[in-house]
Amino acid sequence: MYFENMEQINSDMLEHVLNLTNSYDYNIYTKDDVQKTLNKEILDIEDLKVLLSPAATDFLNLIAHKAKYETRKHFGSSISLFTPLYISNYCENQCTYCGYNCKNKIHRGKLTIEETEKEFQAISKTGLEDILILTGESRTASSVEYIGEAVRLAKQYFSSISIEIYPLNIDEYKYLCQCGADFVCVYQETYNKQRYKQLHLAGPKSVFEYRFYAQERAALAGMRGVSLGILFGLDDFRKDAFSTAIHAYLLQQKYPDIKIGFSVPRLRPYIHEHKEQNPHYVNEKQLFQALCAYRLFMPFSDITISTRERAIFRDNVIGVCATKISAGVKTSVGGHEDTAKGDEQFEISDSRSVAEITDTIKQKGLYPVFSNHIRL
Amino acid sequence: MENNDKLIIAGHEFNSRFILGSGKFSLDLVKAAVESAGAEIVTLALRRANTKTEYNILDFIPKTVTLLPNTSGARTAEEAVRIAKLSRELGCGDFVKIEVIKDTKYLLPDNYETIKATEILAKEGFVVMPYMYPDLNAARDLANAGAATIMPLAAPIGSNLGLITKHFIKIIIDEIKLPVIVDAGIGSPSQACEIMQEGADAVMINTAIATAKNINEMAEAFKLAIIAGRKAYLAGLGRVLNFKAEASSPLIDFLEDK
Repeated sequence: MYFENMEQINSDMLEHVLNLTNSYDYNIYTKDDVQKTLNKEILDIEDLKVLLSPAATDFLNLIAHKAKYETRKHFGSSISLFTPLYISNYCENQCTYCGYNCKNKIHRGKLTIEETEKEFQAISKTGLEDILILTGESRTASSVEYIGEAVRLAKQYFSSISIEIYPLNIDEYKYLCQCGADFVCVYQETYNKQRYKQLHLAGPKSVFEYRFYAQERAALAGMRGVSLGILFGLDDFRKDAFSTAIHAYLLQQKYPDIKIGFSVPRLRPYIHEHKEQNPHYVNEKQLFQALCAYRLFMPFSDITISTRERAIFRDNVIGVCATKISAGVKTSVGGHEDTAKGDEQFEISDSRSVAEITDTIKQKGLYPVFSNHIRL
Repeated sequence: MENNDKLIIAGHEFNSRFILGSGKFSLDLVKAAVESAGAEIVTLALRRANTKTEYNILDFIPKTVTLLPNTSGARTAEEAVRIAKLSRELGCGDFVKIEVIKDTKYLLPDNYETIKATEILAKEGFVVMPYMYPDLNAARDLANAGAATIMPLAAPIGSNLGLITKHFIKIIIDEIKLPVIVDAGIGSPSQACEIMQEGADAVMINTAIATAKNINEMAEAFKLAIIAGRKAYLAGLGRVLNFKAEASSPLIDFLEDK
């Protein structure tokens, strides 16, 4: 059920994604299917199913080579750099897996506009020109106007501004677009509606449909690009990765001029973590398989690799399937310039600075790209 | 022969017919590629050049070459015009390659918007070099709108698929008086040679060199292929290979006229 003030748009994309996902049985695919897919030039939805199947696991090296070929073809040597900045961690949601869960007793904080500017200056000094502004989900603590003010200020320091905030209505996205934001990241976490309900106990985020249509509302508002993703480790990753790719595919078909990006965060330890074994745990091999499947199915899309992963994993996926990497990351509120004002959302595994990541990219014969966007 | 055979774009003379794209290179390799290619024109995306960092592509391109900034990122004529003006403000000169792309999957250019942008920018004194899908009618409209060259694509950008639009490019070469520069899709030196031999005035290469095992060697291979193709075109292909009726060699003189 939609909350009051949540805008409903006329679209049947969700139905399409869920129907296709429900009929996806990844156990029926064989080695022959994988070989056929690997020999094809242009892949379709059947190939995506094959690439995410257990049968494809044995071909991971070949798949990686094909992914690298496509990445090079579409992106050459370029690897884009960015960093996230959390400006507030107040949250009204109760997501069982998240450090920012409103029931968690963590240190909450929010940057004033002066503090935000100091953070921007500190980030800008490292050479970065692409910023991702994040908040927890609280319309009272971090209103659209508050976020808009941060975006307007960010324009003075950065050529590309993305926002990873709570889902908005079209007019609100329009407003932030006018302020200077061009890219919107919203992660569905899982496309399994039942599982989603178990994980998102309260707050606006518990409305699965409203979240699902966020990218479409952003596209309708004139945003340049949208990112999608699931949180690997919440549910059956093969089905969830499939849904994500189909969602992206349908968005690209309906809005051919918007840029599509994927993020591939994996569940990491956080404060107040539940210690029991996770039955949906996704290992590195499986995460890599999903990354390659995204690349091969939608070879022109951006794939961002998170600092939740080890440095060596990140270094080896850039240029093969990932095209975007964060550097100098803090997941606390602020913390680039001053000491952090609020606790971290999750622990990171790669704390390397912008200079260190840049050197790594260059050592690999790749090209660090700081600016890849013109605000128009 | 090379000395007299110049590529002339809006009155500017170039000895090289090899235009190098820079978007897919590691920056420190751009300079060497320019030198090995003997390129005198290098394209760059303004969205890449509009940066404060030490990784500004402008610093890596030798000062002796002519910059050809492109408007990639533009989805409409209006946006392309804004990028072109920004490019001029940033000191990138008056050359501009118009790229208007509304499709993020194949990156195919929108000819209609491209014509509109060309008309506006040509009036403002830019040397407008539009990237286009090889359609003769659109090429004529571009010429009428004031384009300095026509830049038809051989295949989708980055695809290395080669000359899949060859016959349509040939039509443009035959019908349009402006220099025709084949842009996008050329994957190997033999393909560059082939289209030069068909009468293209220049070719633009990016991915095929940027992703080669040995960048400098590949840049040089393209340079030689382009020179070879040009020479073949000027020399006139052998008659067995390329039938063209020529009135100068009479075959019907023996016929009685009474």
